[in-house]
Amino acid sequence: MVDFQTKQVDTDILIIGGGMAGCGAAVEASYWAKKNNLKVTLVEKAAIERSGAVAMGLSAINTYLGVDKGENTPEDFVRYVRNDQMGTVREDLVYDIGRHVDSSVKLFEKWGLPIWKDENGNYVREGRWQVMINGESYKPIVSEAAKTALGMDNIYERVFIVELLLDDKNPNKIAGAVGFSVRENAFYVFKAKTVIITTGGAVHIFKPRSTGEGYGRAWYPPWNSGSNYAMMLQAGAEMTQMESRFIPTRFKDGYGPVGAWFLLFKSGATNAFGENYLVTQAEEIKKWEPYASARPVPTPLRNHQMIKELMEGRGPVFMRTEEAIKKLVEEFPGTDKEKQKHLKKLESEAWEDFLDMTVTQAFLWAANNIEPDKKSSEIMASEPYFIGSHASCAGAWVSGPADIAPSEYNWGYNRMTTVSGLFTAGDGVGASAHKFSSGSFTEGRIAGKSAVKYVKDNPDSVSVEDQKIEQLKEKVFKPLKTFEESKGFSTRDEINPNYIKPNMFLRRLNKIMDEYVGGTSTWYTTNKPSLEKGLEYLTMLKEDSEKLGAQDLHELLRAWENYHRLWTAEAHLRHVLFREETRYPGYLYRSDFPKIDEVNWKVFVNSKWNRETNSWEMYKRPVIQIVP
Amino acid sequence: MPSFVITEKCDGCKALDKTACQYVCPNDLMILDREKMKAYNQEPDMCWECYSCVKICPQQAIDIRGYADFVPMGASVVPLRGSEDIMWTVKFRNGSLKRFKFPIRTTAEGQIEIAGGFNPGKDDLDSQALFTEPESLGLDNIPTPKK
Repeated sequence: MVDFQTKQVDTDILIIGGGMAGCGAAVEASYWAKKNNLKVTLVEKAAIERSGAVAMGLSAINTYLGVDKGENTPEDFVRYVRNDQMGTVREDLVYDIGRHVDSSVKLFEKWGLPIWKDENGNYVREGRWQVMINGESYKPIVSEAAKTALGMDNIYERVFIVELLLDDKNPNKIAGAVGFSVRENAFYVFKAKTVIITTGGAVHIFKPRSTGEGYGRAWYPPWNSGSNYAMMLQAGAEMTQMESRFIPTRFKDGYGPVGAWFLLFKSGATNAFGENYLVTQAEEIKKWEPYASARPVPTPLRNHQMIKELMEGRGPVFMRTEEAIKKLVEEFPGTDKEKQKHLKKLESEAWEDFLDMTVTQAFLWAANNIEPDKKSSEIMASEPYFIGSHASCAGAWVSGPADIAPSEYNWGYNRMTTVSGLFTAGDGVGASAHKFSSGSFTEGRIAGKSAVKYVKDNPDSVSVEDQKIEQLKEKVFKPLKTFEESKGFSTRDEINPNYIKPNMFLRRLNKIMDEYVGGTSTWYTTNKPSLEKGLEYLTMLKEDSEKLGAQDLHELLRAWENYHRLWTAEAHLRHVLFREETRYPGYLYRSDFPKIDEVNWKVFVNSKWNRETNSWEMYKRPVIQIVP
Repeated sequence: MPSFVITEKCDGCKALDKTACQYVCPNDLMILDREKMKAYNQEPDMCWECYSCVKICPQQAIDIRGYADFVPMGASVVPLRGSEDIMWTVKFRNGSLKRFKFPIRTTAEGQIEIAGGFNPGKDDLDSQALFTEPESLGLDNIPTPKK
């Protein structure tokens, strides 16, 4: 095997992942670090110009309150998010996003992001919380700010972080991270006094609906490999709400956004027979009161209404785009010519909605000869995702803001996990939904400032034995060695009993999760015996991870990404097993506990992996109401 | 397949310091074959069709072919990205064409002023105010929950 050079970087603050949250952390931490003579370093597995979930762009910013103009208060935001997530959110964290997020959006606008304005100069609202943007270059703009703040010398691109480092003197204190370059033969050791891990959510834990070439056309990007959850778990951090997967209902196959259609164009959706399932299934969701009666109806309940239609054989479900456009044109005041002009404008807006963030959906319309003003489009509930920033809550259990968080939620540094010096943001923070792009960036900023304060209070350098580093180096490159030692045993590298290639490892994980843990093939339904069976198979997959074989650096990247997915999957399974109720129908059904149980389960489910005993601890944490 | 490289147009970015598509791909898919000096997508079923490679290619040598497992053949969606806007040409399976142009940014690339003209705020690491707050919030103070 080739020799891998070890490159060591010493820093004060290490940011892992340069997506929206990582860029927010970079901008904020750089500012405070400069004042305090500290060094900030960012490491990213891709190029931050187009990395993370916003790589392709976005057509809306989903979290903007407009507090200055009295449009909404942070309290309003808490009430909305709390109900949407069936009562289980950390109100201190949600409030904190609500009071800071407008500042981030104002910065984006100053940096050059085009935000739609009306004739009075106000942002154009998509819905109560959303503003419309021309967001093709959202990520290049935000990453340019991060690059300017950090300086290119402090950014390491194409380096994949495999594992976090803990301090020799204190096993619950962070000391940095290790990984490898996917472009050159190099092993990277980052020694840092604090780490902000912002590597996004998890995709491809479950088998997706498209399993051929379209496997990669997941709703959330395929490079979100669960690394955030896995590395925090392995470092001993306490996790929360890992049972909270997200099932986006989107345009079928292309996974184009539906927000503009439902909110901006006021479109309805119907079952195969033209019935509005929100009406036909109105009674059904009353089993989930008090949440069902609040407005807007929570995302899982709206999903449930549609899924029930499909389960009962009344699909496909259509977004009635042609009806919505027709109505908007009819209602538009003016002459026929002016109405035609308005139709053109609406058509352009509809296409831009896809072209700015999900080009495939525009492609699919063109390939199927669909013009939205003439023909309906199918919508569908997707496979499960893990995304703490969206309408779901998987992530780490973090300390809240000192001026809001009750003592149960506060251990000193805002957005610090239960591991000393380890911070997270965006998809990494649990029980704090509806942050989206702007809120994730904002949470990165909060963590960035907080991390600087942590280093000021804890200035001692970290210590990690050389021997430990050497062991990790061996571990990181082991899949290359495994392949190297066995290749040539068979006449085809793909079929060799001595190793498992990352791609098949992933497909095996997908199949287990889909069939036993409530994927699309069971309409998101599972039960205790099924979960126990799934765990048995996952355990064997974990054993087989020792035999992952990689033939080059690209496959080595996939090997470790998929190992991270495995950890995310196991955490999810254990959480689903622990929560004995169905709180989030439309996302997940426990057939053995089909009802919501407010008495026993209006709590957070938390977990922790114990390194010493290699066992998982599961427990409940209280939901504390802060906003009336 | 999803992104594909047109053999005739790709020059391997030989005049540049890095291969543009390989530099930008968020999923480490685009790779340069150094013998042929042509780039290719090494793992098409992991492609998100994010178009980052298509937009950045200096030769316009990269295009997208819809996922073969669910997209009918014959359509194309082609961007041309400038410094201020992006032009899209959408060709339908039935041959009809649509063209759209949308703005992408209002400032010149490389000209971002991080504070955005806002007052950076008080030099207080202990306060809840973030960099540029409260001015960037349009408020006098950072909100706290009403008891």
